[in-house]
Amino acid sequence: MAQVMMKDLNKKYDEVHAVKDVNLHVRDKEFVVLVGPSGCGKSTTLRMVAGLEEITAGEITIGDRVVNDLPPKDRDIAMVFQNYALYPHMTVYDNMAFGLKMRKFPKAEIAKRVGDAAEILGIQELLKRKPRQLSGGQRQRVAVGRAIVRHPQVFLFDEPLSNLDAKLRVQMRVELKRLHDRLETTAIYVTHDQVEAMTLGDRVVVMKDGWIQQVGEPLELYSKPANRFVAGFIGSPAMNFMDVALTDAGGALWAESDGLRLKVPPAHAGRLGAYRGQHVTLGIRPEDLRVAMGADAGEYAFDAVVDVVEPLGSEILLDLKAGSHVMVARVEPSVRVKEHERLRLALHPERVHFFDLKTELAI
Amino acid sequence: MIGSPRARRAAALLVCYGIIGAFMVFFLFPPYWMAVTSLKTNQEIESLEGIPLIIQKGATLKHYVDLFTKTDFLVYLKNSVLVTIPTVLISMVISVMAAYALSRLGFVGAGLIGTGVFLVYLVPDSLLFIPLFKVIGGLGLLNSKWSLLVVYPTAIVPFCTWLLIGYFASIPRELDEAALVDGANHFQMLVRIFLPVAVPGLIAATIFAFTVSWSGFLYPLAFIFSSSEQVLTAGTVTSLIKGDVYHWGGLMAGALLASLPPVLLYAFLMDYYISGLTAGSTKA
Repeated sequence: MAQVMMKDLNKKYDEVHAVKDVNLHVRDKEFVVLVGPSGCGKSTTLRMVAGLEEITAGEITIGDRVVNDLPPKDRDIAMVFQNYALYPHMTVYDNMAFGLKMRKFPKAEIAKRVGDAAEILGIQELLKRKPRQLSGGQRQRVAVGRAIVRHPQVFLFDEPLSNLDAKLRVQMRVELKRLHDRLETTAIYVTHDQVEAMTLGDRVVVMKDGWIQQVGEPLELYSKPANRFVAGFIGSPAMNFMDVALTDAGGALWAESDGLRLKVPPAHAGRLGAYRGQHVTLGIRPEDLRVAMGADAGEYAFDAVVDVVEPLGSEILLDLKAGSHVMVARVEPSVRVKEHERLRLALHPERVHFFDLKTELAI
Repeated sequence: MIGSPRARRAAALLVCYGIIGAFMVFFLFPPYWMAVTSLKTNQEIESLEGIPLIIQKGATLKHYVDLFTKTDFLVYLKNSVLVTIPTVLISMVISVMAAYALSRLGFVGAGLIGTGVFLVYLVPDSLLFIPLFKVIGGLGLLNSKWSLLVVYPTAIVPFCTWLLIGYFASIPRELDEAALVDGANHFQMLVRIFLPVAVPGLIAATIFAFTVSWSGFLYPLAFIFSSSEQVLTAGTVTSLIKGDVYHWGGLMAGALLASLPPVLLYAFLMDYYISGLTAGSTKA
């Protein structure tokens, strides 16, 4: 049993209220990712769980113990830091063994655990080296190894991959996922990278300005964002947002704006009825736009002018102008368009999103 | 000046060597003068003819022999060692603990105290030795070499603490946090993480402590009157200047020998010393 419960968690520094009323239940064996822009309170939350940051108000439970007043060493957690934080004067073996030595494990047990961890991580040949003789990826493996030899109840990861280059980051991401499947230890992982969050997390917690915005499985966040922030944060390139007016015509609801006139899909029409005659935010993901064909219904299509073409090989990103709106569309690589060309775009009616203009909540 | 890159480089090097050469002459002249004088006969030292910079009438080891046989030089040497080693140890233990506390425990006013500690170091000896005379007297340590054990750390600890605060500050905080999560307490963190990582800083501080203690002159001169308790610096001078007679040969021989331990220490630890003094100035 190693669930982590956060109840009404708050952290205030002198001037800054960094974490606000965070309530989160991390289940046993679950991999939960906290994600958000810098300064959103995700690292502070993690550090409060670790015991490196005092809790201003609220309660943290690990397993069945309230840990608010326990020092880090008594919380049965292990942490992996962004800058690896390896002890520079110790060999890889000693780095990994340090936590066990502090806990007075017998030598044979230490050797066995370090050996096992080294094998899992593929760093057996490095055990006698010093951290400065290792590459970034190797250092990160040692830092992970230092955490797993302890067999803790919970792993805490504080942006562990952000110092690695892009290629290595993808590789380590896969390794971490495999490692979690194998060890089945509860893990809380902090990152600012939404791709990392989506690929690693059993559930993802999106934070902003100290508040939790939404908690959910990756695809749930993608398809049903709770508010405009989550909608814009998850997914790359980001969702296109447009301010539209809702008007009534011919028994149907229409979203209208400069250069756009789109029928509100029936699935949304009921909930949007209350906004008749008002402005709302329309959100369309770049991948939900495509070049229109003859068969596409006119009420879900609009004209746009190509501003920039970004061919990525597997797809093409089109920066477009529709009326006064600027948007990005992600289209098939076979599409041949040139800059300044006019084209007609169609959208998936069931995949559009609407947000309240003031509260920014999804409608 | 126009020339090929190679010629310009050669010219620049020449200037560098010239400047270094000038510095070497400037700083090596005193020890050279000491060495030359210590090897001259008394007649040659006191003669007004000839060239003072070289030995013209034959070298002699008489001054060295006299130093060991006719003065208490060996007693002074022993006292200097007896004072310096515990002074360095005591000062380093206090400084290390103070620097750790000031740089890491994060209590209210730590920054202010850190600055205050350094300001204390700036008060000169010549201002302090009279009040300190009263203090040493009150402690019953007048005319005892152990008085120096009390006095020297007051000058050494502030500087070493300040030096080590800077050094400890360059150790990333994540290292402490990793150690905390790994289960180390503050003492284990200090001994097993900070000290090994801060070795260059510790060496720099140790050299400083050694130098202050070994070369201190004013305090032993003021607090110690009998030859059996005296240390090298004041002892050599008081026993070789009798009234208005300066025994130059012996003085120079004594000074030269007394300056050897710091020179050797510096020579062996110089690389560490330099990296210790510049720690924290750049983020490695």
